[in-house]
Amino acid sequence: MFSGFMVNAWLVATVVALVAGVVGFFVVLRGSAFPAHAIPNGAFAGAAGANLIGVNPLIGLGVFSLAAALGIGRLSRRGRSDVVTALALMMMLALGAAFISQSTEYEPQIFSLLFGEILGVSASQVVPVAVLGAVCVAAVAVLYRRLLMTSIAPEIAAARGLRPERVELAFLVVIACSTTMTVPVVGALLIFSLMIGPPAAARSFANRPEFALVGSVAIALVTVWGALACSFTTNWPVGFYVGVFSATWFGLGRAYTWRRTRAVKGA
Amino acid sequence: MRFLFEPGLFSSAPVQTAFVIGGVTAVVSAIVGVLTVVRGQSFAGHALTDVATTGGSGSFLVGVTPLVGFIGAGVLGAGAMELAGVQRRRGRDVATGIVLGAATGLAALFLYLDTTRSASTGVTQQILFGSIFTVDPSTIPVVIVISVVTIALIGWMYRPLLLSSLSSELASARGVGVRRVSLLFMMTLAVSVGLSSVAIGSVLSTALLIGPAATALRLTKNLRRAFVYSCVVGVVATWLGVVLAYDSYYWDPSSQGLPVSFFIVSIIFLGYLVSGLGLVRRFVGRRASVVTVV
Amino acid sequence: MSTPSVLDVDGVSVTLAGRRILDDVSFEVREGEFTGLIGSNGVGKTTLLRAILGLQRLDSGEIRMNGAPIAQHGRSLGYVPQRVQLDPDVPMRAWDFVALGLDAHRYGFARRTKEQRDLVDRMLHDVDAERFANARVGSLSGGEQQRVLIAHALISRPTLLLLDEPLANLDPGSVQEIVALLHRVANDQKVAVLLSAHEMNSLLPVMDRIVYLTNGRAASGTTDEVVRSDVLSALYGHHVDVLKLHGRVLVVAEPGQENRDIPQHETFTVT
Repeated sequence: MFSGFMVNAWLVATVVALVAGVVGFFVVLRGSAFPAHAIPNGAFAGAAGANLIGVNPLIGLGVFSLAAALGIGRLSRRGRSDVVTALALMMMLALGAAFISQSTEYEPQIFSLLFGEILGVSASQVVPVAVLGAVCVAAVAVLYRRLLMTSIAPEIAAARGLRPERVELAFLVVIACSTTMTVPVVGALLIFSLMIGPPAAARSFANRPEFALVGSVAIALVTVWGALACSFTTNWPVGFYVGVFSATWFGLGRAYTWRRTRAVKGA
Repeated sequence: MRFLFEPGLFSSAPVQTAFVIGGVTAVVSAIVGVLTVVRGQSFAGHALTDVATTGGSGSFLVGVTPLVGFIGAGVLGAGAMELAGVQRRRGRDVATGIVLGAATGLAALFLYLDTTRSASTGVTQQILFGSIFTVDPSTIPVVIVISVVTIALIGWMYRPLLLSSLSSELASARGVGVRRVSLLFMMTLAVSVGLSSVAIGSVLSTALLIGPAATALRLTKNLRRAFVYSCVVGVVATWLGVVLAYDSYYWDPSSQGLPVSFFIVSIIFLGYLVSGLGLVRRFVGRRASVVTVV
Repeated sequence: MSTPSVLDVDGVSVTLAGRRILDDVSFEVREGEFTGLIGSNGVGKTTLLRAILGLQRLDSGEIRMNGAPIAQHGRSLGYVPQRVQLDPDVPMRAWDFVALGLDAHRYGFARRTKEQRDLVDRMLHDVDAERFANARVGSLSGGEQQRVLIAHALISRPTLLLLDEPLANLDPGSVQEIVALLHRVANDQKVAVLLSAHEMNSLLPVMDRIVYLTNGRAASGTTDEVVRSDVLSALYGHHVDVLKLHGRVLVVAEPGQENRDIPQHETFTVT
């Protein structure tokens, strides 16, 4: 499990978990469920297109994710309806399916892009993925306090001159960046679970933002490592384990919260 | 014209099947879709497509046709969602997102098992993105019956449904069993999603549900006319999609053609965008700005 | 004897959706003084506050803070909104929220110094929020959250504290506590306070000045100068009587007159 091509997988999985844990913390805090759902769909089309024309899929992922992020940023500022964005998402998915239909490896490609693949990242991509991951984490670290403030109390942040709209745009770009590197491993349809489950669980266990952030990363690491190990052993898709483990952690967090509030009420 | 109607289009059996099934499911989706949008239940519709994905993926393992899997899982999911009160906003996004994620993960497992255990190829794209050309013609009667029953059900509960969509308190005061109507509607939503999953795939069936309906509601505020417009858009998109997909085999001899669902979604998307243009609205003569029911 | 002005609102007019919301409003808030912005709901208080925060464009007039245009107020203006919507799952304690008042504008991830942490502790003590400092902000009651919001705004030592209807959703006991708290803290830190409210009686003991807003027009000065029949009648455009009874003020319009704009708790008709 730890030799040969699996070394790449472990390295990449670790970066993925780190990034998903950090970015996911703010996705949950800001209620950015929709962009977190939408941007990976764009990534799917991008990767499929890149595969078709023989370009490194990371480039396709990156370009389309960024376009999706900026598109969402512009649309939400104008207050456009959900319908356009929902249909645009569908369009991305259909486009991705169309791209893939033109290549010869229809089935495995769709599967790996949507549900993840241990071998989804080749050796040559480990370094770019690590670099992208470092960039994402660094961006969040630099904007940490502004992200916190604009997430919790945007009116006060605006009065303070912290410019919530700029922070939102920057964060959408961070989501796009993180999607680029995580989708090949976890899959476009399941990266959402990884970005939501561990942070949602962590916030049940921890009271302070810093602790919840660290907890989010820790739980994401355990989830992804576990998914990788299980997937290697059973050959079942990584995405399956990620979906199930994320839901389990979320359930544990809910149960813990429920018990804690009951204890307080009972006292 | 020759470009549009390539040789053998109308005599091809799969195409004929596709026209029937596509047309019928488009009509059901269009009607249910208008009500879904008016009731503000688009999120529930989207959630049901994920549930349908799991059902469709599992259908091969259990040995039933995808249609049964799509609809069966959808109905169960709709019941569960109605009971759990998915309509509450607080915490809805995270909790339902997690559950849908687990359902999608399960779908991944089922699809994997499908491809390794059975000899069938192309299962993934069949379930997720539709396979209208490979549908067994013997399912046509079943699809028609289900569709007719669904539409009849909508017609039967039309007044109580509208009333409870506008105001649940008013409806209860009038003696309408709001919860029962709500549950029944969710069931029709599940069936509609299940049906269109056959044509367009479970992942994309939201497009057939929301697209024509939203387009219609942009063109008119009169509900009855909205139903008509929605059906027209849905059926045209589906049939045109079938035609273009068939044609696409001939455009580039070396390729296998483009998926039907790609064309259908593209037409729906374009249709929605175009409906926002001023000249289209003037053509349709849209004047009222308040939703009228008559 | 004239204390320097911290906030200078000069001839401000704002039109929204064809309606003249604010019409040539002028007043001053002086250093260390407690000013109440009184007016019933819908009369333009929120628009005025948004203009002061720099979030609303003016048709005419100017707003200056410490002499400079309002857009450059930086951290010399502390803002307390009425409420912050948070659910109990949000992983942030009252302590963390107040600490953000110090460094939310900073980039990076640096640990807070002992001095900063002591300052946060002191601030929480000053607003009487020590007992729930470790509770999540989303689980606090209305009054508790108000204290935390006030502490958050005050910790960066602003010259003006702006509060948007802080008393609106509080029970009467909490209203008294918060008013007393604001008065005490404002005195201790020499912070000017501008607070909007829809009734003035709870503020009478602590207000230095009042800005009385109705129909988009304002009268400002001390309570004795403003809360008088002639001044308010001119403002309302019809005759009103001002009665002072047991330390409370009652503004009464004649029956048949438009009573809509008279602040709550003070309207009753005499038959």
